[in-house]
Amino acid sequence: MKIIQLSIFLENKKGRLYEAVQALGEASINIKALTIAESEEFGVLRIVVDKPETALQVLKEKGFVASITDIVAVEVNDRPGGLAGVLKIFNDQDINVEYMYAFDEKNADNAIVVFRFDDSDKAIAVLAKNKIRVLGKKEIQGI
Amino acid sequence: MIFNEKIECLDRKRLGELQSRRLIDLVKRVSHQSAFYQKKLAESGVSRKDIHSIDDIVKLPFTTKEDLRDHYPFELFGRPLKEIRELHVTSGTTGNPVVVGYSQEDIDLWAEVIARSLCCGGALPGDMIQVAYGYGLFTGGLGLHYGSLKLGLTVIPCSSGQTKRQLKILQDFKPRVLACTPSYAMYMAETARELGVLTKECSWQIGIFGAEPWSEGMRKEIEHCWGMSAIDIYGLSEIIGPGVACECHCKKGLHIAADVFYPEVIDPQTLKTLPPGSAGELVLTPLTKTGMPLFRYRTRDIVNINYEGCACGRQSPRISKILGRTDDMIIVRGINIFPSQIEEVLLAIEGTQPHYQLVIERGRGGLDSLEVRVELKESFFSDEIKFLQNFENRIAKEIESVLSIGVKVRLVEPKSIERSEGKARRIIDKREI
Repeated sequence: MKIIQLSIFLENKKGRLYEAVQALGEASINIKALTIAESEEFGVLRIVVDKPETALQVLKEKGFVASITDIVAVEVNDRPGGLAGVLKIFNDQDINVEYMYAFDEKNADNAIVVFRFDDSDKAIAVLAKNKIRVLGKKEIQGI
Repeated sequence: MIFNEKIECLDRKRLGELQSRRLIDLVKRVSHQSAFYQKKLAESGVSRKDIHSIDDIVKLPFTTKEDLRDHYPFELFGRPLKEIRELHVTSGTTGNPVVVGYSQEDIDLWAEVIARSLCCGGALPGDMIQVAYGYGLFTGGLGLHYGSLKLGLTVIPCSSGQTKRQLKILQDFKPRVLACTPSYAMYMAETARELGVLTKECSWQIGIFGAEPWSEGMRKEIEHCWGMSAIDIYGLSEIIGPGVACECHCKKGLHIAADVFYPEVIDPQTLKTLPPGSAGELVLTPLTKTGMPLFRYRTRDIVNINYEGCACGRQSPRISKILGRTDDMIIVRGINIFPSQIEEVLLAIEGTQPHYQLVIERGRGGLDSLEVRVELKESFFSDEIKFLQNFENRIAKEIESVLSIGVKVRLVEPKSIERSEGKARRIIDKREI
């Protein structure tokens, strides 16, 4: 089960991040998780929101370069070693993590971590086999 | 000292007679040898019988950089290839670069005019010169080399770069003369300061600086910092390279070797000759060159010309420092760059738009940097930084292979480059030249 992440290209110039999140706020879009990757010259804002399709449209209307990417949201036990346990499975199965980041909110008692894999389908199969819960679109909206 | 007093102090009337004889001979030569000029003359309805004196030069058609590019690589040569002794290459506006061929006589001429220039700037036989222009396809290094040998200097052919080694040679060999781009002289000063070298105590007394535009402010800075006299030398590869004109110690204009490079200043719109003192486009005719003869080559450099004799004793006319360009060529670290060259590269790369901007800045050390801002095409956007960085690197490599100069590429958002009346502002030159 994959969910959608929005990726937004941000030129390294004053106020650009503000303009992006401001546009989302005006359209009543709630950001569930967020990370920024940056190089010397530019940044990529990656977000998980409650209404990704609307968000994409809003951003494009405002002139942003944005795209959608499939990611996998995984429930991780909120205790020491919880994340390591999940990563060990990927490691053992030779699954490459491109990048990952965590949600602010928990789902019940579990933390939520989103992963971008080079092969999402294989990752999802391995997670299922190891009885690790993967969250869907509806569950993300409910957090 | 005046290297060739007989010629350089020739009065205007006798100079005109010499120029007339040489022009008549040039037209005769190309009418026999050059298919390109036979056609060009026929098209403009001029024959060699119409040329009786240098004043008739205005009857001849102009030659442009496009002519040179369109006849790449050797079609404009006036001699069989086996009689061409040396080839140099300079930037074209798009597509092919411009190739220039030198016969043995042309190389001798080049050495002669640079020897005159060096002397004009104050160098004397027996001096040691550090040539820190690039040696290679660029005409700066080898031109200064030949001229230095002709004048009887001791040449250190350092070429450009390796600044620490340049400074060691300066301190150990104690050359009196330096030749390089003015920005490199400033960069070396910065490096010297970092290394604790006392620049004022160094041996350079004369700097022969050219290949890029520079201001009186920069001259003062270089002179103050190195305790030397900074001299402006002018030239372009199409004509011969450096040595077309050079300042004397008076620094009131650059003495042009008008006996061999006939100067005209024209209005670039009407193409009419302008009176002395008016700023316009410099048009040059190398009267005696045989490897690649040219008529009325439009340099695109804006200057004015002064025919009055100079306090130094030379009677040769003087051109002003370059006041500007009639096209959008920019010069970065001595390399000529046309925005159209970059546009051509971008059009060939998937994922970019031909919307770009060139930002030129002068670094703290005086060395210029060129940043190319490129608008990213939406369909090429990736959420992965490494993909975008690789993309930037790829664009940079492609541009570098065309320009022969390191650039920094910065991806920017679509439509973020300022456009006025639909046309993007291509060049932001932050240098204070």
